[in-house]
Amino acid sequence: MPQSPENTKFHKADKLKNAQIKMTSTILKMGKANLEIFSETLIELGKNDKDILVVTSDSRGSGKLVPFGEQLPGQIVEVGIAEQNLVGVAAGLASTGKKVFAVSPSCFLTARSLEQVKNDVAYSNMPVTLIGISAGVSYGALGTTHHSLHDVAVFRAINNIDIVIPADNFETRHAIVAASQSKKPIFIKFGKKNMPNLPRLEQSFEIGKASVIREGNDVAFIACGETVAPAYEAAQILEEKGISAEVISMHTIKPLDKEAILKSAMKCKAVVTVEEHSIYGGLGEACSSLFMEERIYKPFKIVGIPDEETVSGLQTEIFDHYGISGKGLSETALNLL
Amino acid sequence: METTISSHFRIFFKFFSMNNLTIKELEQKSVKYRMALLKYIKMANAGHTGGSLSCTDILNVLYNDVMNVSPENFNDPNRDRYIQSKGHSVEALYVVLADQGFFPETELETMCRYKSPYVGHPTRKVNGIEFNTGALGHGLSISAGIALAAKKDKAPYRVFTLLGDGELAEGSNWEAAMLAAHYKLDNLVAILDHNTLQITGRNAEVCNPEPINEKWKAFGWNVVHVDGHNIAELSKVLDEAPTVPGKPTFVIARTTKGKGVSFMEDVKKWHHGVPTNEQYEIAINELGAEQIRLKN
Repeated sequence: MPQSPENTKFHKADKLKNAQIKMTSTILKMGKANLEIFSETLIELGKNDKDILVVTSDSRGSGKLVPFGEQLPGQIVEVGIAEQNLVGVAAGLASTGKKVFAVSPSCFLTARSLEQVKNDVAYSNMPVTLIGISAGVSYGALGTTHHSLHDVAVFRAINNIDIVIPADNFETRHAIVAASQSKKPIFIKFGKKNMPNLPRLEQSFEIGKASVIREGNDVAFIACGETVAPAYEAAQILEEKGISAEVISMHTIKPLDKEAILKSAMKCKAVVTVEEHSIYGGLGEACSSLFMEERIYKPFKIVGIPDEETVSGLQTEIFDHYGISGKGLSETALNLL
Repeated sequence: METTISSHFRIFFKFFSMNNLTIKELEQKSVKYRMALLKYIKMANAGHTGGSLSCTDILNVLYNDVMNVSPENFNDPNRDRYIQSKGHSVEALYVVLADQGFFPETELETMCRYKSPYVGHPTRKVNGIEFNTGALGHGLSISAGIALAAKKDKAPYRVFTLLGDGELAEGSNWEAAMLAAHYKLDNLVAILDHNTLQITGRNAEVCNPEPINEKWKAFGWNVVHVDGHNIAELSKVLDEAPTVPGKPTFVIARTTKGKGVSFMEDVKKWHHGVPTNEQYEIAINELGAEQIRLKN
């Protein structure tokens, strides 16, 4: 069932009322916004490779790319407020050997220019990196026009494009470097708020290989992007209650690291997926279809944005409203166990 | 400045080209192409007949007389580029590419069949094709991107794209038109296959694109008019284009949908009509008669 204020019943909520909730920021060192890391990384890469081009649709400010434009003026192409053209031009540039990053708010990039992504980039196999900035509900208070809760669903159904949603600064930096070396289309999206630096079992990053943030064997949180941090927070809350939670950063939705998902699901009693996306067509449904095909029948919950007009508010308020928080996710896990 | 360097490069290329064909030889090629594309449309029992016959002369002149592109230099970064924005007229492109030696013409016998790379719109699976097109309103943005890359690299090549007149209703064209003028892409030539018909009927009745000339001028383009079936005129105009430094060129090629087959000319049902056996025979006979006339 989709979660909504009406049908979200946290039966075990009372148990947690008095639990001390450790805020992520007090435990983990706060990093920068993934958006800033993207910009810094791209400047570094661009200085060493003049074939790296950034294409913007009046989005250099919101993409933190003003410094890139100032330092590498010959490597930024402005197309104006024209997202279809943004992607078509990016594909044309890429066909000549340029390493192109097409940057626009995810809400426009993945809807307005969807046909250009499908045909000019993915079908034509042009190595364009599409950067969806201020993704999900980063522009929370601006309303549904500026939310991007469909992007994973639509891109999952398009052949020949990787989907990457980094959780923190480490993953963002590595995703951008990997994209600059890739020969195929990639979509990377992130938000604009500061993210904590997450721990991880292995200090490595590979597109298509999930990162284990924390090991556990009672419940597995399989999360992506900016929802990994609240999943980690939930794991800590659960630990105080004697429940061992695993946290996986599923930074690549396509190709999906099936092995990592199955490994977590097999050893845990329940699985919770978490995403800043519609509960339809995203990470949760990708996992659920995998579980059915592999005959893994365990308590399972998809946490995301339900199919309703999204509540208004800041990103954190929207997250809290839909249970994408340490408290909400720990309650969801308790309900499943 | 770049235009001058580019023009010298082209004159140099043409001077040493062994393949310079006379106007008459090019006219004969057009008839041959029309016969071939009808043959493969008939075999496939599918295709965009009217539009392919409409743009045959334009493609003939581009590939045989104007562009520096061949199977031998197709991986050369300095080759001229052709992007077919009106991708549905792919049958004309296929027969021209086959004639250029990009692939054996007999392969077109598989057109539109199970697992054939020769699908109903251009794909890069076919040697000689630069981009997968077919959804309208994409070619100009792609071409502008390539032309922009040429400017950045100070490369001498030109970029040609072919648009349909019905296609002008796609808003993305106008996004690209603004950009091409803004970046002064005088290495970009957009050719309009202006046959005035689209699938529903006359452009003017569906959603009037006129005044086309004034619109492109207002968007900052150099606009040139040409008879899209006059080989000598096409050769001159396309070879010289772009003619104004600092501006992209828009060539309005006045054409006839279904050109070359009397009962198909300027009749909307031939947009994607496939001839019956009898109609096919009449069409081939008409084109055969034209072939004989040109030989004499």
